[in-house]
Amino acid sequence: MRALVWHGKEDIRCETVPDPKIEEPRDAIVKVTSCAICGSDLHLYDHFMIGMKKGDVMGHEFMGEVVDVGPGVNGRLKVGERVVVPFTIICGECEQCRRGNFSLCERSNRNKEKADTVFGHTTAGLFGYTHLTGGYSGGQAEYVRVPFADTTHIKVPESLSDEQVLFLGDIFPTGWQAAAQAEIEPTDTVAVWGCGPVGQFTIRSAMMQGARQVVAIDRVPERLTMAEAAGATTINFDSESVVERLNDLTDGKGPEKCIDAVGMESHVTSTVDGIYDRVKQALMLETDRPHVLREMIYVCRPGGTLSIPGVYGGLIDKVPFGAAMNKGLTFRMGQTHVNRWTDDLTRRIEQGEIDPSFVITHQCGLDDGPEMYKTFRDKEDGCIKVVLRP
Amino acid sequence: MRYKTNLSQRGQADTATYRFAQGLGIFSIVLGLFEVVCGRWLGRLLGLEDKEYIVRLYGGREILTGVAILAAKDPTPWVWGRVAGDALDIGTLACGYARDRDNIGSKVTALAAVTGATAADVYCAAKLSGESRLPLPPVKDYSNRSGFPNGMPRAKTGTAFVSEVVVETV
Ligand SMILES: NC(=O)c1ccc[n+]([C@@H]2O[C@H](COP(=O)([O-])OP(=O)(O)OC[C@H]3O[C@@H](n4cnc5c(N)ncnc54)[C@H](O)[C@@H]3O)[C@@H](O)[C@H]2O)c1
Ligand SMILES: [Zn+2]
Ligand SMILES: [Zn+2]
Repeated sequence: MRALVWHGKEDIRCETVPDPKIEEPRDAIVKVTSCAICGSDLHLYDHFMIGMKKGDVMGHEFMGEVVDVGPGVNGRLKVGERVVVPFTIICGECEQCRRGNFSLCERSNRNKEKADTVFGHTTAGLFGYTHLTGGYSGGQAEYVRVPFADTTHIKVPESLSDEQVLFLGDIFPTGWQAAAQAEIEPTDTVAVWGCGPVGQFTIRSAMMQGARQVVAIDRVPERLTMAEAAGATTINFDSESVVERLNDLTDGKGPEKCIDAVGMESHVTSTVDGIYDRVKQALMLETDRPHVLREMIYVCRPGGTLSIPGVYGGLIDKVPFGAAMNKGLTFRMGQTHVNRWTDDLTRRIEQGEIDPSFVITHQCGLDDGPEMYKTFRDKEDGCIKVVLRP
Repeated sequence: MRYKTNLSQRGQADTATYRFAQGLGIFSIVLGLFEVVCGRWLGRLLGLEDKEYIVRLYGGREILTGVAILAAKDPTPWVWGRVAGDALDIGTLACGYARDRDNIGSKVTALAAVTGATAADVYCAAKLSGESRLPLPPVKDYSNRSGFPNGMPRAKTGTAFVSEVVVETV
C-alpha cells in the first residue's frame, strides 16, 4: 500500500510499504478514506520530538471503512462499518479508561517501559507518533491496523460527510477539551494563543461553552480572519503588544482564562526571551520554546486558569513560576481524551450547531502529502488545514 | 514590507526584522547628531585631537545612512552601508589607540560599543538579505468561515457533556 513515511527532519516521502495485518485478537484493519495533517505532525516533521525511526508511517487523524476484524472484537465493530479513529489508542478497561482519561490509558502503549522512564508513568499509545508512545503505524496511508479496535473507534452517521466528522478524531475534541478544562463562566474573557486548526476549534468551543468574549492571538492574516469570522476579537502579535491589548480588553485586569494552542514551536520574535530560547536550543540546553506559557502566566488574571492543549515534549526554562504561584493560577493540560467528548460533539454536528469542515483549506491525494507538509508548516497559500484522500 | 521570508519565518512577512532596521536607522541619526555636535570633545577623548573634523564627518555619514534606512522602500543596502561604516569606525578608533594610551578606558569602551553595533548591523543586514524579493501572494479571504451554520447564538449552549462510555467520572 501507499503511505507517508518519516525519514528524518523535513523528509517525509510517499512510499509503498507492506499492507498491515491483524496481529492481535482485538485488532481491526481500516481502509482510510480521509486523513489530515495535524500541527502535532509538524513537531515530527521539524524533528522537535525525539523517538521517531526511519520508516515510521505518519498520521493520527484519519477515518475510513472497516475491512477486517480480529476474533476478539466480538461484534462491537463489523466489516463495512464507517468509523473515525481517535488518535489515542484505548483499551476501555483500565482504571484511567473507565474514568474517561483516555489519553492516559495504562495498557495501550506497547513501549510502556520507555515511557515509564521518561515520564515517570506511561501514557496511552498513539498512532504515528514516536516510539515513546508505542511506535504504532499511522493513518496517512491506504490501510491502518487499529489495536483495541472494539473500543478505539467513533461510529459516525452516514448522513454526515467525511469532511464534517474527520476532525472528531483529534482537533475538534482537542479545542473542546481545552475550553472545558478552562471551566468557562458566562462573565469570562478567554484568550487563545495560536489560530491554527486547534486554535480555531478552541475559539469556537469557548464560545459554545458560553464565554463572554474570546480574544484570538496569531500573526498570520488568514488565520486571524478565520478567527474573526467566528466572532473573536483578534490580536496580531507581530504588530501589537499582546499584554497591553489583553489588559485593555479586560479593564486592566487580564483575561480570566488563557489557552495555549501553540505549543513548543512558538515563533521567535525579537523579544529577549525568544532569542534566549533559540540560543539555548542551539546549545541543546532546552528542548521547547515556552514563550506563550510565560506570556500567559504574566497576563492572566490572578485566580485564573491556564489550559494547555499545545504540545510540549521535554524541558522548558525560565518559566515565571513565582508569578504563577503567587497569583494562584490553575494549570490544566494534556493530550485529548478524545472519546470522552465525541458523543456530545457528534450530536452537535448532526444538529447543525457547528460544521467542522469550515477549517479545511486544502485537499489532495497521498502523493502530494510531502509537499503539503511544507505548505502547512510554512503557512503558504493561505493553508490552515490539509485533508488527504488515499 | 510584505515580503516572503526564509523558511524559519514560516512564509510570513518578517516585520520584526524590518522594525529592527528602522530602530537602527533612528539610532544612526541620534549618534550622528551627537558626533556632529560634540565632535571636538569626542575627538579629544578618543585620541584624535587635531582630527576632530573626522568625527564630524563620520557624524554626517551616520545621519545620512540613518535617514536613508528610514526613507528607503528597501533598507537592506543601507543597513549593509552601516556595516561598512562600522568597519571605518573600528579602523579609526584603532588609529587613535595606536597614537597614545591616554584615556584608555574611553577608547576601549568606544571600541566595544562599535563592535556591539557592528554585530547588530550584520545580523539585521543578513536577515534582510535572506528575504526573497517576491511580494507575498494576496491574502485568502476566510471571512465567511464561521463554522456555525445556524449562527453562533444557537450553538452557545454552555455545558460540555461527557460521553456515555465514561462510567466513573471524577
Ligand atoms: N493536546 C492534544 O491532544 C493536541 C491535539 C492536536 C494538536 N495539539 C497541539 O496543538 C498545537 C497547535 O496545533 P495546530 O494544528 O493548530 O498547529 P499550527 O502549527 O498550525 O498552529 C500554531 C499556530 O500558533 C501560531 N503561533 C506561533 N507562535 C505564536 C505566539 N507566540 N503567539 C501566538 N500565536 C503563535 C502560529 O502562527 C500558528 O498559526 C500544536 O502544538 C499541536 O501539537 C495538541
Ligand atoms: Zn494531532
Ligand atoms: Zn485503558
